[in-house]
Amino acid sequence: MGNNLTLFDKVWESHVVKRVSDGPDILFIDRHLVHEVTSPVAFQGMKERNIKVLFPARTFATADHNTPTINQHLPVKDAMSANQLKTLEKNTEEHDISYWGLGHKKNGIVHVIGPENGITLPGATIVCGDSHTSTHGAFGAIAFGIGTSEVEMVLSTQCVMQMKPKKMRINIDGSLKKGVTPKDVALFIISNLSTSGATGCFVEYSGDVFSNMSMEGRMTVCNLSIEMGARGGMIAPDQKTYEFLKEKEFAPKGGKWKKAMEYWSTLYSDENAIFDVEYVFKAESIEPMITYGTNPGMAIGLSKKIPKSAQGGENSHTKSLTYMGFNDGESMVGKKIDFVFLGSCTNGRAEDFSAFAKVVKGHQKSKNVTAWLVPGSHFVAKEIRKNGVAKTIEKAGFEIREPGCSACLAMNDDKVPPGKYAISTSNRNFEGRQGPGSRTLLASPIMVAAAAITGKITDPRKYID
Amino acid sequence: MAYEPFTILKSSGVPLPIENVDTDQIIPARFLKATERKGFGDNLFRDWRYNQDDTIIKDFVLNDPTYKGGILVAGKNFGSGSSREHAAWSIYDYGFRCIISSFFADIFKNNCLNIGVLPVKVEPTFLKDLYEIIYENPNTEIMVDLPSQLVLVEENNLAASFEISSYKKNNLLNGFDDIDYLLNIKNEINDFAKKTLF
Ligand code: SF4
Repeated sequence: MGNNLTLFDKVWESHVVKRVSDGPDILFIDRHLVHEVTSPVAFQGMKERNIKVLFPARTFATADHNTPTINQHLPVKDAMSANQLKTLEKNTEEHDISYWGLGHKKNGIVHVIGPENGITLPGATIVCGDSHTSTHGAFGAIAFGIGTSEVEMVLSTQCVMQMKPKKMRINIDGSLKKGVTPKDVALFIISNLSTSGATGCFVEYSGDVFSNMSMEGRMTVCNLSIEMGARGGMIAPDQKTYEFLKEKEFAPKGGKWKKAMEYWSTLYSDENAIFDVEYVFKAESIEPMITYGTNPGMAIGLSKKIPKSAQGGENSHTKSLTYMGFNDGESMVGKKIDFVFLGSCTNGRAEDFSAFAKVVKGHQKSKNVTAWLVPGSHFVAKEIRKNGVAKTIEKAGFEIREPGCSACLAMNDDKVPPGKYAISTSNRNFEGRQGPGSRTLLASPIMVAAAAITGKITDPRKYID
Repeated sequence: MAYEPFTILKSSGVPLPIENVDTDQIIPARFLKATERKGFGDNLFRDWRYNQDDTIIKDFVLNDPTYKGGILVAGKNFGSGSSREHAAWSIYDYGFRCIISSFFADIFKNNCLNIGVLPVKVEPTFLKDLYEIIYENPNTEIMVDLPSQLVLVEENNLAASFEISSYKKNNLLNGFDDIDYLLNIKNEINDFAKKTLF
């Protein structure tokens, strides 16, 4: 190999089993995450072809998308949801796959439990039938979402067939201002690039901002890569990455860890690495962000006004503002909020709950809001109990629910009613995403917390030191 | 998943000139509870087709009998968002075999190719002309010719070529899918697996 390779090249090339001429690469997948919603048809397809899962030990299944966030110990009420869970249980049993179903101590959102258990590793290839698989790129893995046909491919052959994407680098140096979180950094990037700005690309994030970020923060950023159309995003592994993974259940141990470290120490973009597209931003130009429209690219800094038009054209912009009930030229500050959602694979980790707790500490939940606080996993739930964060949040009048995707996609009962406004730490403000007719504003955990105690969009900076 | 081979499609087009249509609009999450791949066409664009009380929204294009056919003509960045293949299934199940747009989201495009829906990427100006032609005469025949990689409106002298890898083209022409290919090289995959670190 030359000395002009990107981090992405290094990981991709080391996983190519074969190249099809004028066609895709056949990429070997180290680890495959499976959940109840995008897998049943894949298992069905395998049944019809009469084949078994090729490498069950590389496959991990959880239930998260379509699960209730209260009374998980009781039978699931919705018959179709119950059937979907039952189907996954049956399929995993039949194929000898480890299944962390409802109530299991390792259960949680697929992209939260991967890193927690050391399934996610630097330099690995990871896929899942969910677009936010990009989250795992925070560890220097190539991780991307796939469709159900591809889930079937990976189950039966441990490979996907994909064209090698282009390479993009986004560099941000400098230090972030007070109250500017990883979520704001991501929304800032997407609002600059638009929701299709990185289509066909795999993104590497580099610069001070990302190296100074916690692993949780890196996950938030990589998670949102898909929202600018990217296949995925990644950050070169460093000491922080290794500290996080050491001793995790599915991470290599002993001699294997040493061998892995040898490989991991090669995982960075060479000095002369060639990228197809590069962007450079300054940390100081980012302020706390919030969305006003119906895609994550429609976001502005708190000090800004809703613009007159945006990428996507006049029509789509107007349609979007009409749906949201907003007008151009308005400020977002002071807008009334009905629902609050803290959770999802974007911001449902222990650090996000701590950030929320810091803001609400000593205050009370606004009477006008309904709040859903949903930990990303049982591990997260346990952790915030242990460190007192849960207590602080409960003292402020909030209730913490049981883990799952919940109102991120509103497949379960956690649905925002038509016309109501929700401020959410999740990743998509699409029409109806949080329930038919719902209106979603995406923001960081601290801004969501400030809205939760005031009942309206409030600058969170006055609540933190 | 087996599907009907795709060769030449001649049909009128259904115009949907909205940009950034995400897969949550194509098929809302609440319809993803099924464990079998059938009936998704009924819920294609559900919340744009029906009011919350299930009454029909008359001015949505799928409810307008003026426009019909097997080709969906869609705005830029079609299929963004969630990776749910259910979006591609619902398009296929509804009866579309081809989508023409100036830009497709990545995962969605892949999903379409995997299940036998042909995404045809054209220049924005071509798309604009195509919309005008359809609005002028909704019955205009559009021909999508996969073997020669051409989209053609003979009446109006409008034509454009489109790209597709020869591998995917061959799959579509024959109704093959990637799994057939991968199963054939299982030995190579097994050998590769032995050398992996994790
Ligand atoms: S939390 Fe939301 S984005 Fe994340 S896996 Fe669940 S549904 Fe997908």
